[in-house]
Amino acid sequence: MFDEYLARRYRTTTRPKKEHYLVKDSAAIVGIGATEFSKDSGRSELQMVCEAVKAAVDDAGLQMEEIDGFVRFEMDYTDEMHICSSLGIPKLTYFAECGWGGGASCSTIVHAAAAIAAGVAECIVCYRGMNEASGRRYGRIPGTPSIMTAPRDHFGSILPFGHCTPPGWVAMFASRYLHEFDATAEDLAWVSVVCREHANRNPNAIFYDRPLTVQECVEARMIIEPLRLYDCCVDTDGAVAIIVASAEKAKKLKQKPAYIVGATQGNATEGELMTSYYRPVISGLPEAWYTGQELWRVTGAIPSDVNVAQFYDAFSPLIPMQLEEYGFCDRGKGMDFCRGGDRIRLGGELPCNTSGSHLSEAYLHGMNLIAEAVRQIRGTSTAQVKNAELSLVTGGLGIPTSAILLRN
Amino acid sequence: MVMEYNPKIPTLRPYIDPDNQGFWDGVREHRLVIQKCKDCGLVIHRPRPMCPRCLSTEREWTPSMGKGVIYAYVNVIYQNAGYPGIKAPYSVVVVEITEGVRILANLYDIEPEGVRIGTPVEICFDDIADDLTLPKFKRLNS
Ligand SMILES: [Zn+2]
Repeated sequence: MFDEYLARRYRTTTRPKKEHYLVKDSAAIVGIGATEFSKDSGRSELQMVCEAVKAAVDDAGLQMEEIDGFVRFEMDYTDEMHICSSLGIPKLTYFAECGWGGGASCSTIVHAAAAIAAGVAECIVCYRGMNEASGRRYGRIPGTPSIMTAPRDHFGSILPFGHCTPPGWVAMFASRYLHEFDATAEDLAWVSVVCREHANRNPNAIFYDRPLTVQECVEARMIIEPLRLYDCCVDTDGAVAIIVASAEKAKKLKQKPAYIVGATQGNATEGELMTSYYRPVISGLPEAWYTGQELWRVTGAIPSDVNVAQFYDAFSPLIPMQLEEYGFCDRGKGMDFCRGGDRIRLGGELPCNTSGSHLSEAYLHGMNLIAEAVRQIRGTSTAQVKNAELSLVTGGLGIPTSAILLRN
Repeated sequence: MVMEYNPKIPTLRPYIDPDNQGFWDGVREHRLVIQKCKDCGLVIHRPRPMCPRCLSTEREWTPSMGKGVIYAYVNVIYQNAGYPGIKAPYSVVVVEITEGVRILANLYDIEPEGVRIGTPVEICFDDIADDLTLPKFKRLNS
């Protein structure tokens, strides 16, 4: 499929000089807000988003009229125009939209921080709101008789085969990953168990009062082989808002700023929306590798500098795969890193997903992971890493993705 | 047993555009064809307008033997995680064919316990409706 020439190009990145990176330390996350996380919110996504933005504005100690920018997910059903009307925000000078599902999570911060570094706006809201548990699920094909043609070319070549949901798309990568590195369902279970341990300390987590054992994981019902029930994230109703402000403004606000050291995005060739099965290797996530390479380059940090990480975990295999792609361990060693849980739980060498994350806290498309990374910098997490100085968050996988590194 | 479709929920039709038309025309005639660059000979799947190696737009459809091995697979067990119009369980496989590219399709037979990476398979075609033929894979010699 790929000859030597193409393989070489596949590995090549363009690397402008580090000193041209203007985002570093120019902006900080100053406010975080969220609704409750539930299975049935009983209200509109717009209302939940407005509630989350209000909570974040209050958290930051801002006035509503100081908000001058919004960054939304392309997939979100709400928009800045209607949010401003509900919240009485008089005007905006910046608004943007980020593509690729959960890959957009840290991309929203890339846009906000870049806009602030460029002087386009000073105080930008990044948000996501969804009634994913009770309402319109983007993760399921409705299967109504009116849908006859699969949308777009790449979907048109996979949906007719009933390969139509995120667990199936990720399960395909997982089957190859588990096969190449001789990993078992039990190995994978440790990922879910550690996330659940962290959720059991977090009263806002959907699974706060529900412990989970390895045994329960491996005996749980199969969803799409090789993924079982607890390998999959928890469908959630809720909203999260994150406010990014200039470093200068951040100093005058209520909370300890979580400074943005770096915010990067990555796309890799031969990609499709969660079905990039045609690459030389599919047991890895090259978008995450590029995003990580760029993050380490622009920040000057290396993986061992990171004190706490929130890896995007719509499905459990994505955590060991990202440990490899972001450089925390060698290729094929991600499963070893997670086995037994000691290295990834609170107190371990890299405490991961300390709120319980998507697998056990809530699935808010990565935005609840950003909120947790900020709490770690502030020192207010329910699974607080002592003296956390560098806090990593990553975006959705199997798609163009993104990551941020925060500091205190 | 073969895959079971619910006629009340139509199977999604492939989205056919000028770039992949040749592939689906072939499938309708029960032939597997793969895009090949006329200038440098690179065999490419999935179809696209330009050769990523030499940037030529001159392409042709080259016939494939349709034989290969299972490179990756999933078994849809829980109905709600699959397509409502196809009865679970069913298998989706990515097959690496001898021409060197990978094709995504279903396994013709249902036998989730027996699906393995590395299993040799060959192409077959399933006429699901008057206007819909899909490529599928069968275990070799089955
Ligand atoms: Zn060519």
